[in-house]
Amino acid sequence: MKYYILCIVVSLFGISNAQDCSLTLLGEITDFHDNTPIASANIYIKNFDRYIVSDLDGKFKIENLCKGELTLVISHVGCETKTVTYNIVSDVYKSIVLEHHIEELNEVSIKGNSTKKETKTAQETVIKAKTLDRYSSLNLGDALKEVSGVSSINTGNSIVKPMINGMHSSRLLILNNNVRLQDQEWGIEHAPNIDINSAEQISVIKGSGTLAYGGDAIGGIIVINPSNIRLKDTIYGKTILGGQTNGRGYSITTNFNSNFSSGWFANVQASLRKNGDFEAPDYILTNTGNASKGVSFHGGKKKFESGFELFYSYVNNEIGILRASHIGNISDLVSAINTQQPLVVDDFSYDINFPKQEVTHHLLKASYYQRFKNFGKLTLQYDYQNNQRFEFDVRVGDDRNKPALDLTLQTHTVTADVILDAKSIYKLNFGVLGRYQDNFANPDTGVRRLIPDYQRYDFGTYITSEWDINDRLTLDAGIRYDFNRIDAKKFYQTSRWEERGYDEDFGSIIIEDLGTQLLTNPVFNFHNFSFASGIKYDLNDNSFISANYALASRPPNPSELFSDGLHHSAARIELGDLRLDQELSNRLSASYSYEKNDLNALIEVFYNNITDFMYLQPTGIEQTIRGAFPVWSYQQTNAALYGIDLSLNYKFTKALGFTNKSSFIKGDDLKNDTALIDIPAFNTMNEIRYVNPKWNNFSTSLKSEWVFEQTRFPDYNFETFIATTNETVLVDISTPPPAYHLLHLYSSVDFDITKHTKLNVALSINNIFDTNYRSYLNRLRYFADDLGRNVMLQLQLNY
Amino acid sequence: MIIKNLKLETMKTIKILAFVLCSAVLITSCSNDDDNPPPVNEEEVITTLTATLMPVGGGTEITLQTRDLDGDGPNAPVITVSGPLAAGTTYNGSLEILNETETPAEPVNPEIQGEDDEHQFFFQATNSIATFTYVDFDGDGNPLGLEFTLTTGAAGSGNITITLRHEPMKDAAGVSDGDITNAGGETDIEGTFPVTVQ
Repeated sequence: MKYYILCIVVSLFGISNAQDCSLTLLGEITDFHDNTPIASANIYIKNFDRYIVSDLDGKFKIENLCKGELTLVISHVGCETKTVTYNIVSDVYKSIVLEHHIEELNEVSIKGNSTKKETKTAQETVIKAKTLDRYSSLNLGDALKEVSGVSSINTGNSIVKPMINGMHSSRLLILNNNVRLQDQEWGIEHAPNIDINSAEQISVIKGSGTLAYGGDAIGGIIVINPSNIRLKDTIYGKTILGGQTNGRGYSITTNFNSNFSSGWFANVQASLRKNGDFEAPDYILTNTGNASKGVSFHGGKKKFESGFELFYSYVNNEIGILRASHIGNISDLVSAINTQQPLVVDDFSYDINFPKQEVTHHLLKASYYQRFKNFGKLTLQYDYQNNQRFEFDVRVGDDRNKPALDLTLQTHTVTADVILDAKSIYKLNFGVLGRYQDNFANPDTGVRRLIPDYQRYDFGTYITSEWDINDRLTLDAGIRYDFNRIDAKKFYQTSRWEERGYDEDFGSIIIEDLGTQLLTNPVFNFHNFSFASGIKYDLNDNSFISANYALASRPPNPSELFSDGLHHSAARIELGDLRLDQELSNRLSASYSYEKNDLNALIEVFYNNITDFMYLQPTGIEQTIRGAFPVWSYQQTNAALYGIDLSLNYKFTKALGFTNKSSFIKGDDLKNDTALIDIPAFNTMNEIRYVNPKWNNFSTSLKSEWVFEQTRFPDYNFETFIATTNETVLVDISTPPPAYHLLHLYSSVDFDITKHTKLNVALSINNIFDTNYRSYLNRLRYFADDLGRNVMLQLQLNY
Repeated sequence: MIIKNLKLETMKTIKILAFVLCSAVLITSCSNDDDNPPPVNEEEVITTLTATLMPVGGGTEITLQTRDLDGDGPNAPVITVSGPLAAGTTYNGSLEILNETETPAEPVNPEIQGEDDEHQFFFQATNSIATFTYVDFDGDGNPLGLEFTLTTGAAGSGNITITLRHEPMKDAAGVSDGDITNAGGETDIEGTFPVTVQ
């Protein structure tokens, strides 16, 4: 309002006074961040159509000004050009600030190809849009395997969970546009609710190097960023159409961006995907079809000084689970393992029958930032997530169409983050986080709740800093504290309560005794400290070494605390444990990177020592009226994981290239002196590539994927009596399947349709020789082979 | 002018943010209540299978029962056999399946009869102490097994196993003759009864 009045007053003055052209403007140009003067800035005086330059102190002088409006356009190398207009009424002094941090600017007006890393010293790999587009009709977990050391743990072929250096589920943080995904990530058959088509760039950070995102990333962090904002008036988009033979599936995704030089931007993206039953080389994998829908909207205004954004994303996945994997008891599991072929094989169908999952995830985010002169940047963010999960089992009678599991997880998070970057040699980042989470388990399912109703409160605070000691040496360090409180209302069967010995240790938490069931109110508080520090040293222009140490602390998740029930696909009873405490990880890592014209090499090694590592282990067999079931309960041990990841890129000629990605990892259970379960075997990926820009940018590559047999595994086999055959048999659930080798082909060409429209046609064949194989890290490996040959055609239109 | 605009924009954004935050608080406060959740009484639980064997032409009725009141809880099912079977005798058998977690106990037989094409009982005996034949059949003429006959052989002892499979492949080889080997499907009940024939 003050400015309005001032303007009116000034303009009135302007009219009432005659021309007086002897006024002087003294200007001083300084850096926004640290107030240092900016010398040699170009100042264009619009009124006179004349250029002047600021002196060494950042000062300039314009004389012989008339009363009235004066417009200056100030530009400097590496700065955002600034236009200022003054109403000159008398001699005047003006201070003008410019942004002089190119790196910071990139954040605002990032160029087409540049990548922005999340960390300086951690083991981080960035997957860019061009690579992600190839995975348009697949899952996040499939795309991340582009990174050496990242594998996946699957339930069939549609539920693909990423695994970083042998760690998955709750040990990985997934950030979608700076929102930590809260989608019941604890379950091994719960795939992340991300539409890969909404991502422009994905960073995979091994270990918990970035404390701003959380202190419990024992395995690593996956940062998914939507498309960048370009500070110019532009409209662009892309559409990808895909079709594939295996699953007879199709997918379509479209993305539309509108940016303005004023800073306003909007992005809309939608995708749709449908697959029928997939096929192994020898049979149809009945009931493995899936359907998914995704929509996202991203809009706001982004300027250097301030900006805000709104982001909404919706993902809905309906996933069929291999029919033959739904079994009754341990005899059924034995016959499934012995048959070596799924027991139910029907004709191909697009129908998704029971068992199946249907998961809907909504994510809403609003954020605002403001930069302060000579200080830094403050960001405030609120986000809300709603995760609705239905699991449908094979049921009888009236319950046939009722879900067996119906959970709604709602999460509200508020964060405030401050970056102090006024000094060019160090950067300080600190913030606070508050989170409230509510889980509701719908009792209408008629099945005892697998996960109870609970409320969770989180509070976190962190401070991280980064020093550029000199041109070659960068150090960073950070510390974080998190408080978690879980307040649950859980029903226990009285018999289970007593069998677990809870009646002795937890008698006081019973709030209602219903005879066969007890209602309890477990409340747990956890205090977690985490720490990370790293160093990066540039040996020369082509190579650097870096090392990192991180201490991460993870409280048990609801599944580890409260699980209590029968898992049909595994024919086992899984039991959580109220006595579990946090696990603590000490991770050391080091990397060496070399990049020169025709050779890129990256070697990463790590050692991760985890105290009180939580894991599931068979602890006995229980008899029920359905027959016998092994009981798997959550235990804690001390674990050590160590390994080496290698990626190598070599260009023989401009046209011909070779890539190798290999990773080797070992996992030891230190207390029981055995191997850890579900650790990926040595695997190596070799690829030959040929590109010829003259032939419509033709490129083709032949990729060999070789996964060895895992020879180190814990022996969890057990003996059971099979009543129907009247014999005792050994149930071999531990022995990993043999090694396998697959060949994949990919080729693509580009066509220029118009000046601004480009069509990319890509043809790929996965598993060219239709090889039969089973993966150790696929939970359905007991029941069926993995996917056979798949020919995919993809048309991508960029406009 | 520029400065003024910037200020206005900032005001606008703050307003939007405030609105979003307020609505968030509203959503949260609505869903926040302290009521205890209701218990879930499992609807499909089978707790009890009772086979009643009536000798043809009179004699002592024998019952075989498996009863697991805590379902998939830790307690093992309680197996009861009321007495020895008579050698060389044919018994008319019938099965009663109950969910005793509910009061009164809910009979499960009607549900199985209603979906008889998706269920089949299998009967097996060790040491050739008994043979079985199906009495009831589904609409396709395939056996169900809620009604059956049991014929004992010579004196001896062994185990009788009664299995209920959901969605078995009734057309697979031998399945309609009562051979479980190729049946597939999921086991809903499996009870093994130690029996003496004298």
